[in-house]
Order: sequence, then C-alpha cells, then structure tokens
Amino acid sequence: MCLGIPMKVIEKNGNDATAEAGGVKRAIRLDLLEDVEVGDYVLIHTGFAIEKLDTDDALETLKLLDEVYRAGTGKG
Amino acid sequence: MKNDVFERIKDPHFVETVAKELNEITLPREVTLMHVCGTHEHTIARAGLRSLLPEKIRLIAGPGCPVCVCSAVEIDMAIAIAVEHGVILTTFGDMFRVPATRGSMESFKARGADIRVVYSPMDAVEIARANPSREVVFMAVGFETTAAPIAAALLDDPPKNLSCVTSLKLVPPALRFLLDRGATEIDGFILPGHVSTIIGRTAYLFLEDEYRVPSAIAGFEAVDVLMAVKSIARQIAELAPLGVDNLYTRAVRENGNGKALEAIYELFETGDANWRGIGVIPGTGLRFKEKYRNLDASYRFGLEWNDDALEILPGCLCDKVILGEAEPEECPLFATECTPRKPYGPCMVSNEGTCSARYKYRGIS
Ligand code: SF4
Repeated sequence: MCLGIPMKVIEKNGNDATAEAGGVKRAIRLDLLEDVEVGDYVLIHTGFAIEKLDTDDALETLKLLDEVYRAGTGKG
Repeated sequence: MKNDVFERIKDPHFVETVAKELNEITLPREVTLMHVCGTHEHTIARAGLRSLLPEKIRLIAGPGCPVCVCSAVEIDMAIAIAVEHGVILTTFGDMFRVPATRGSMESFKARGADIRVVYSPMDAVEIARANPSREVVFMAVGFETTAAPIAAALLDDPPKNLSCVTSLKLVPPALRFLLDRGATEIDGFILPGHVSTIIGRTAYLFLEDEYRVPSAIAGFEAVDVLMAVKSIARQIAELAPLGVDNLYTRAVRENGNGKALEAIYELFETGDANWRGIGVIPGTGLRFKEKYRNLDASYRFGLEWNDDALEILPGCLCDKVILGEAEPEECPLFATECTPRKPYGPCMVSNEGTCSARYKYRGIS
C-alpha cells in the first residue's frame, strides 16, 4: 500500500507532470515537492511524487556494497 | 548509467554479502525484531530472508498494512453511504475485497452499488468533476505516505460533490503503543521507508530517547531490509545504540518532506483511530479539522459510528497476526478456507497483508 516507484520526470507543466520508468509513462502530480526539474528521479505513490530521489546517495550505497562484496569474495 | 542505480541495488550478490556480515555478528541473546510495513513483509517473504538470518534473530510483522488495520466500521460506513445514498464510492484496489460486517465493497458492487477502484486520489477528484450531479465519496485509507497525496488532492480546490470516509493512521504513536503494551518483547524496529519519506528520521527519536530501542529505516529491496537487520543486530551486540539509523537516505531526509507534512496538517488534526483487531489507540489517527468538516462524508451524510461491526470474523487470527503474536501458519484457516483468491480475513486480501505475503511465497522461507 505504501509502495513507491522510482520514476524519471520527462515533462512538466506546473504541478502536472509526466514521469517514465521502464518504458511506462504516467501522469503524476508534483504538489508535494519544491523545485522538481525535468530529468529528476522521483518516488511516485498514488500518482504523486513524494520525494526526489538522491542518485548520488544511491550510488554511494552501491559503492559500499560493492566494496564489501569484493572484499568478501577476494575479487576486484 | 545514472538511471541504473535503482535497479543495480537489486543485485542478489549484495544480499549474500550482507547476510554473511550479519551472521558474523555475535548476539548476546535471542532477539525479536519487528517491521511495521506490509511492503517489507512482501520483500522478506519473496526473498526468503528469514532463512538467511542468524538463529538468534526472530523477525516478526507488526501492524504495517493499512488495508488490514482499516476498521470494519469504516468499511461498513462507506458501503452504507454507497447503498443508502446512491453515491459513487471510490476506493483503492487493495480495499475493494476486504471483508467487513456484511461483506466487502466488491460484494456490494456485484449487488448493484456504484463502487469504483481508483489508483490515485486524483482519480476520485476527476470522477467527481465528471459527475457533477452526483455525490462522490472517496474511501481514504493509509498511513502518512498516502495521507500526503490525499491531502494534496483535497487542498487543490476539490469539487463540491466530493467527500471522504477516512481511515488514516500514524505510525510513530502506534510504535509507542506496541512498546507500552509490552505483550511482545521487541528488541528493535525496522522502520517503514516510505512512511519515513514523509515524516523523516527525527519523528522516531523517542525510540532512542525514551525507550532505548534501536531501529533502522529501510528501503524495499531485499538488501535494504537485511542492512537494517544488520544495523540493529550490531547496535544490540555492541551495546552501543546508534538510535535511529537511516539506511534509506536515497529517499528519506532527516526531517522528512516538509511540504507533505504541511499539507497533511493543514487539512487534518491528530485524533483517535480504530485499528482493526486492536481497537481504539488514542492519538494514532488523522481526522478533518473543523473548517474542512464538509469533506468528511460521515458528517455530510450524518452517519454514526457503529460499535457492533464485526472486526474479527469467527476463527480468523488476524487480531494476533497484526500484532505479531501469531504467525499466519498458526491459523487453521490459512491456505485452506482462506486464500488470496478467496480471502476470509483482512490480512489475506492486500498483497501486503502478512497472511497473503506468507501464502504467496510459502515454501520459500
Ligand atoms: S489466514 Fe485468513 S483467517 Fe487466518 S488469520 Fe490470516 S486472514 Fe485471518
């Protein structure tokens, strides 16, 4: 029920916007966020963007996991 | 590539890696961790995460599915408005099949009531605009995550013929209730990612300050949940509580989403809420402020709260499952008279109900 789907904003007109993920486009609303730009990744819940996703932060998490994984397997 | 990052986190290697690290932590005793999010239960069951945990860790599901804890009174009320007042009733798909006192919304639709499934509160607004001569009622169910979009939709000049039956609940005071109740020893909480997106990490500081209970905010991939378990296990093993650890920083800010909180508390105020299978918990719900009373369908249609509603159907263990006091498999109806195809109790309806998640992925963990 609290499912949120990461989508990329591809078009924007005031609080109405279009977002895309995996080839699927959907009309979304931006009422709950400030300063969303086309190209931003947002988390969509029941048709509303509820947060901007921090890609740098996600990359950081991935990097950490990668390091631990490599250390664990001796690869890398 | 930038847009891969949310996909790459699903790499199964990471699950192995974190599980290995987790199993290297020496716990001083057996511990019980509770999550309070239906989506987490779904992730845990699907990935068979319970089988990867150290023996000393028990991972239980708390009252984290808003559909499951929506009171039968509220469903009855929505159905009564649809049947007696001939309105168009709109609801999220998850709610449509939840059994209440005299049946589900689905069963009343089959008998001719105009009940429609919507994906977004904006769909309810659009249905109301398209049908100006009729009253449209939206059954507004959810935790903070869903309350915010609902508030945004209702604050944007909603059509006059739209009102809501609300069953909106708050997570932090419910955690407090679970700890004060003390029926289950809870050594740590895995906190719900998207509720936290709205309310922020700071909304849980009382866990650390008042209860000294470690917790971690988790995202929804298997590795996210395992990292949260690992954080809490480490906090317990090292006797050094980090407090509220935010492991979902890609979507959860320290103070949450200010604009979303503003929308919620412009429209609603905190009040009591009736949790299915638990009863009334003070201060855990949202109700319309006086000045927005006209949006409240129970006020508009003069409906009374009915205490005779059938919250727990005979034989169903949902009241215990919701509180983490019984596993779905302990219910004699599980997978026999009660299946997702033909749900008998509320926990078997939504994908995120504990019974439904366990049924779907039985044999995995
Ligand atoms: S299996 Fe069905 S009847 Fe049993 S507790 Fe779960 S929802 Fe209730």
